[in-house]
Amino acid sequence: MNNERVDQIIEKHNGEANSLIQVLLEVQNENRWLPRQALERISEKLQVPLTRIQHIATFYKAFSLVPKGRHEIHICMGTACHVRGSQNVLDAVKNLTGINPGETDLDLKFSLETVNCLGCCALGPVMEIDGQIHGKLSPADTAGALKKYE
Amino acid sequence: MPRINSSAELEKLRESILSKIDPNKRTITLCSGTACHATGSKEVASSIEEEISKQGLSDQVDIRKTGCHGFCERGPIIVIQPEGICYLQIKPEDVPEIVSQTIKQNQILERLVYVDSVNEEKIIHETEIPFYKNQQRLLFGNNIKIDPKSIEAYLALGGYSALAKVLFQMTPEQVLEEVKKANLRGRGGGGFPAGIKWEGSRNAPDDTKYVIVNADEGDPGAYMDRSLLEGNPHSVLEGLAIGAYTIGAREGYIYVRQEYPLAVENVGLAIKQAEEYGFLGENILGSNFKFKVIVHQGAGAFVCGESTALMTALEGRAGEPRPKYIRSNIKGLWEKPTVLNNVETWANIPLIINEGADWFTQYGTETSNGTKIFSLVGKINNTGLVEVPMGMTLRDIIYKVGGGIHRGRKFKAVQTGGPSGGCLPDDLLDLQVGFDELTQAGSMMGSGGMIVMDEDTCMVDVARYFLEFLTDESCGKCVPCREGVRQMLKILTNITQGKGKDGDIELLEELGETAKEISLCALGQTAPNPFLSTLKYFKDEYEAHIKGKKCPALYCKELIAYYIDPEKCQACMACLKKCPSDAIIGGKKTIHVIDQDKCTKCNTCFDVCPPRFNAVKKISGEPVPSPIPEEERIIAKGSKEK
Amino acid sequence: MTKTLITIDDKEVEAAEGMTVLEAAQSVGIAIPTLCHNEKLEPYGGCRICTVEAEVNGRKKLVVSCVYPVEQNLVVRTRTEKVNRVRKMILELLLSHAPDSKQLQDLAKIYGADKDRFEKEASFCIHCGLCVRYCAEVKKKNAVGFINRGAKREINFNPELAVKECWNCKECFPLCPTAALQAAYVFIEAQISSTPSFEFEKN
Repeated sequence: MNNERVDQIIEKHNGEANSLIQVLLEVQNENRWLPRQALERISEKLQVPLTRIQHIATFYKAFSLVPKGRHEIHICMGTACHVRGSQNVLDAVKNLTGINPGETDLDLKFSLETVNCLGCCALGPVMEIDGQIHGKLSPADTAGALKKYE
Repeated sequence: MPRINSSAELEKLRESILSKIDPNKRTITLCSGTACHATGSKEVASSIEEEISKQGLSDQVDIRKTGCHGFCERGPIIVIQPEGICYLQIKPEDVPEIVSQTIKQNQILERLVYVDSVNEEKIIHETEIPFYKNQQRLLFGNNIKIDPKSIEAYLALGGYSALAKVLFQMTPEQVLEEVKKANLRGRGGGGFPAGIKWEGSRNAPDDTKYVIVNADEGDPGAYMDRSLLEGNPHSVLEGLAIGAYTIGAREGYIYVRQEYPLAVENVGLAIKQAEEYGFLGENILGSNFKFKVIVHQGAGAFVCGESTALMTALEGRAGEPRPKYIRSNIKGLWEKPTVLNNVETWANIPLIINEGADWFTQYGTETSNGTKIFSLVGKINNTGLVEVPMGMTLRDIIYKVGGGIHRGRKFKAVQTGGPSGGCLPDDLLDLQVGFDELTQAGSMMGSGGMIVMDEDTCMVDVARYFLEFLTDESCGKCVPCREGVRQMLKILTNITQGKGKDGDIELLEELGETAKEISLCALGQTAPNPFLSTLKYFKDEYEAHIKGKKCPALYCKELIAYYIDPEKCQACMACLKKCPSDAIIGGKKTIHVIDQDKCTKCNTCFDVCPPRFNAVKKISGEPVPSPIPEEERIIAKGSKEK
Repeated sequence: MTKTLITIDDKEVEAAEGMTVLEAAQSVGIAIPTLCHNEKLEPYGGCRICTVEAEVNGRKKLVVSCVYPVEQNLVVRTRTEKVNRVRKMILELLLSHAPDSKQLQDLAKIYGADKDRFEKEASFCIHCGLCVRYCAEVKKKNAVGFINRGAKREINFNPELAVKECWNCKECFPLCPTAALQAAYVFIEAQISSTPSFEFEKN
């Protein structure tokens, strides 16, 4: 993301230091990750120390300092899904993709994350990929679900 | 749309809206909350729109996409007004028939109505369905009546009349008295009386004050606030404006988790609409009161649901809580007096103002007034959002409203209060739900998550699960939580893996005491609760894990083995084909055997073995029987007939 | 300045309004152990070892003295059974990170803390935050900060700023109760010196 676009986003939030998190969220959503150069630009424009931005970028789960895959897999580990067997689904997906939660595979195809409650408890265990919900999953179903994604 | 500049103009507008509504006009109400989207309600919506247009009924039939109805287990759901005919689990293919038969010819499609699981009675009308009938939907009931993207729909229900009453007929002190009289206790978890919190801020000598809606809803399994914000955002805005007027705030924030995009969208839209009409902004309803609301999205941290951490996040910092020795209603956001309340708490305010504190206190118990929305989830038949009066028993909620345990299993425990709460066993099922009652029993109300567990749930694992969650979400500032909770997790993980030893329980209790007494915030202070409550009520499971190296619920992977009973196996190959680790040896007509070295305990074979054979068993605490000799595994034709 | 009368360990203490219990105790020479506290910095309340028992209107509770404000008629006890227990536990948890820290060892002797109670941890850092806070509040350079949260939290030097500022400063080094600071800095030094041409990239 170039500095011009970063500046636009900062402007939108009135260049205020307390909108830091909102600015970062917009950059993250648009760019799919937070490049170092964007953080430095934000630090300069909002007059906020870079170390504070780095703390925020690593404190909150929404942010990623490395590029994400084309498809983000979110596996719900909420309590309701947990009692319905989400751990087994997670293990199956880990096996199939070869990555752990928080990681992205080498082809930049999948990024895997666990989330705490997608609020679709009636469909538990639940996996969400690119906004699409796959519900009532058993470990055996996961291979079929993942095959659909290029 | 011209601004409304007085109470009279508001009523005139309302009359004009109501006059355009024909109560007898056919309306198809479709639940369009996030949970129903997940079951396909968007496709159903398109199908309905298409079919209505195709059959030339666009003028005669309204389509209303609403927020969550609550009966999430049976979504997508439609309710056809004015009769209140309720159809469940609709697919797009059902729509043409619904339109031709029910809409055009008033014929009920029996296959789509609710069927009682006990007496098999068919129930057509939504209000008669036990799930809804046994609730008291003071707040949630409106979700089904309105399109959340329409401010006029909210006005038609009487929306913003409470704000008008407060601005023109009441002083801030009178509003405060009413809220105090209603004894509205915080619905976010703390149960602190809202009126007292407001009073502190009102009396604080500062010209700048703030009000905040806590919509961070981080408890896993809880999504009530999302459904209120998605389904009826104006009710929260109205409550917030009333609160601002009472304490003297001119600015308010809604802190919503970014994981709730539809809620963010709907509340943003509601704010814009309210500003257009003059319910927010300068000179609200023509009065001297000015108030603006800003939406701020969370960025993925459970700890930001804690009020001081939330304020720190609003200030653009990492969400580390602050000591609460000086209360945030005196020194909160930017050191100014701040009232922070939960979504549901704010949504109750217009009700209390319109109907009065006396009306409100007729619901609930002496110390817990009003209703509470719970997310009833887990091993329950009727998963969904339920609103019941305080004082209803757990038994009634789980069995009358919830329809009992999933798949006919046996009830074991119900967990309330999220990661800060505890698990209550079956001999406490007659406990009346209320803030103090739940706390005394070793749990707490929390935000309203109610997770039902059955005999297949391992309670030691439940404690481990919550500690894992909290270790991940801890902000890391204070030692008792960052270090102590993590050590508790280590010990519990070892216990679930068969590595528990004598002294573990005592060490867990000691770590728990430290966390409880001196953690910086409630996350750490309540972290020991799931462990302490499961230890209190399910001590035998801990002892089985530690001493017997056995998991009685047959869940903990390191302590169980999967075994195919040779007497029952019919060699159908269902499990063999699906096993992801190729761990099953056998073939057609050859009894299957699990290679224990390859087995990853994924549970697939257990899931796919046909119920009529029921050959896959889970064993714990005893050695796996050796496989029968190969020769004996061949099934001769006809030899296995029952 | 209005005076507030409190009692600490049965001793009457006149404290100024707005003082913390720790400050009041220190003003009369009553020792309360601290790890994350420093007069030059804002109170942090992270290590919790300065916990004391406070009694207000007959109700006793444990409070963290470096941030707890004095109030009229407060009764404070700096050593009770419970206080001793929690301090011992804090030390044991921290000793798993930095068993060789002199400060921790001295306190461990007083409270009977066992440095081997918990398995040894990979990181020396006890997160007292003194280095981060000193650089932010006193030097105003923000060359070192925290990253991540929970148990994964660590201190992190910003390489570009470290190159510019830390060589000639290192004022935070003596503040560190363990060897963590030196370790983090040396690591960054190594990183910087191993990079062939190290340059800022502006825009």
